[in-house]
Amino acid sequence: MQDAVVSPEKTEEAKLKARYPHLGTKPGGSDLLRKRLQKGQKYFDSGDYNMAKAKMKNKQLPTAAAEKTEITGDHIPTPQDLPQRKQSLVASKLAV
Amino acid sequence: MCRCCYPPSCPTSMAGAGGGGNDVQWCFSQVKGAIDDDVAEADIISTVEFNHSGELLATGDKGGRVVIFQQETENKSQPQCRSEYNVYSTFQSHEPEFDYLKSLEIEEKINKIRWLPQKNAAQFLLSTNDKTIKLWKISERDKRPEGYNLKEEDGRYRDAATITTLRVPVFRPMDLMVEASPRRVFVNGHTYHINSISVNSDNETYLSADDLRINLWHLEITDRSFNVVDIKPANMEELTEVITATEFHPHQCNTFVYSSSKGTIRLCDMRASALCDKHSKLFEEPEDPSNRSFFSEIISSISDVKFSHNGRYMMTRDYLSVKIWDLNMENRPVETYQVHEYLRSKLCSLYENDCIFDKFECCWNGNDSVVMTGSYNNFFRMLDRSQRRDVTLEASRESCKPRQVLKPRRVCAGGKRKKDEISVDSLDFNKKILHTAWHPQENIIAVATTNNLYIFQEKMN
Repeated sequence: MQDAVVSPEKTEEAKLKARYPHLGTKPGGSDLLRKRLQKGQKYFDSGDYNMAKAKMKNKQLPTAAAEKTEITGDHIPTPQDLPQRKQSLVASKLAV
Repeated sequence: MCRCCYPPSCPTSMAGAGGGGNDVQWCFSQVKGAIDDDVAEADIISTVEFNHSGELLATGDKGGRVVIFQQETENKSQPQCRSEYNVYSTFQSHEPEFDYLKSLEIEEKINKIRWLPQKNAAQFLLSTNDKTIKLWKISERDKRPEGYNLKEEDGRYRDAATITTLRVPVFRPMDLMVEASPRRVFVNGHTYHINSISVNSDNETYLSADDLRINLWHLEITDRSFNVVDIKPANMEELTEVITATEFHPHQCNTFVYSSSKGTIRLCDMRASALCDKHSKLFEEPEDPSNRSFFSEIISSISDVKFSHNGRYMMTRDYLSVKIWDLNMENRPVETYQVHEYLRSKLCSLYENDCIFDKFECCWNGNDSVVMTGSYNNFFRMLDRSQRRDVTLEASRESCKPRQVLKPRRVCAGGKRKKDEISVDSLDFNKKILHTAWHPQENIIAVATTNNLYIFQEKMN
């Protein structure tokens, strides 16, 4: 006898497709894997970086102090300026 | 005869590691960590591991710190008082880094800790983050030299003119100091993120696996490693599967397995060839194509693989189940246990909130008769293979009275909710138990919630 009950998975799949009609045709495929492989990637444009560095150099000659505090839209952080990830020099709470 | 998906029952106890048909009741023993609900990211526990004797218990967290607990020697005069685990050592294993060349932020989170078997007075463990593996030596110092001729006790140099007699420095007892020092740092072995490490039974080599490659290292050699598995396709567009975990066989130093995101496990024999891209065995359960859905592959991804202590079986954990495989049978598992089948009808929301990608671990008890794995709502599951029973327990601050027996929990999948049951929609999906560990010989388990470590022990009568 044919089992008339629809698998719960298929019901869930229909729900997902209803909410996201453009969801990848290839289920669980390369897109997901590639996202996983790229964890932690921060994009860097060397052109922007060098332009900003050059701009900073030029501006520094006349009025040095004012520019340093200003964070403009095209200010690409230099390695020295990168916000340091807070290092865990605090002891673990498990060790209390 | 294959036992599959037996219906869960509601026992309050199960066979203990000591066997003999005695039922084990689990009691609260200790809990470590802060009580407050505001959890700092650094405090999220990312790995838990007992050492080979069970005397030491190590935890790693997202902040790159390792905390080691030591079991106090049992008080023979008070057998009811089970020995406790107290802090033995804590250190910063990994720091956050930024790879400027690749524009990659490297998290300091400890992905795995693996202990080396003890060879001398010191203890050694391997800890790894996404990119770097470190060998740490943990040693005790309980004596210090005193009575130097040229130095004062505080280290200052004495004026040579004032020295009129000579004495022989002696070692005197001091308060125990436990020191952790990095003895080896294994860098630049991995382009992708390291997900597991496994020490070989030969005690000389170990494996490290990232998404696409597995490397074999010698514990003494840090500037070289040997690539044994490489599944990177020539064209990354063709990537369909990644490596999710790897483990060496507990006794056969030439054998290891690795699991994939497609639900397969490959067993490799290093005697067969230098590069183990071709597996010796492929473990895969055939799938009914008519049951296939968008979620099938995602939930079949294996998040953990562990050999049994006797080396005859291996256990895999995928999103909804735990499977036990006989190494001699590749075409299907010998046992399958549902961890939280009621989630199958919630896959849509679990995909949307990313919970479907949670990586649960699993572990065996000392005599391979019971396996354990975590779930949501701070529930964890004990699956008794020999007694064909299972139970759901909870790690909660509400059951924290000393030696309080844990009550079994039940989830109501639908329909009328009975008293004491919790409905699926009330489950807290932010409270996940991903990491658990079982003492190698005794019935002592360590269960990690987000930021707390619970230790439960067998009820002593």
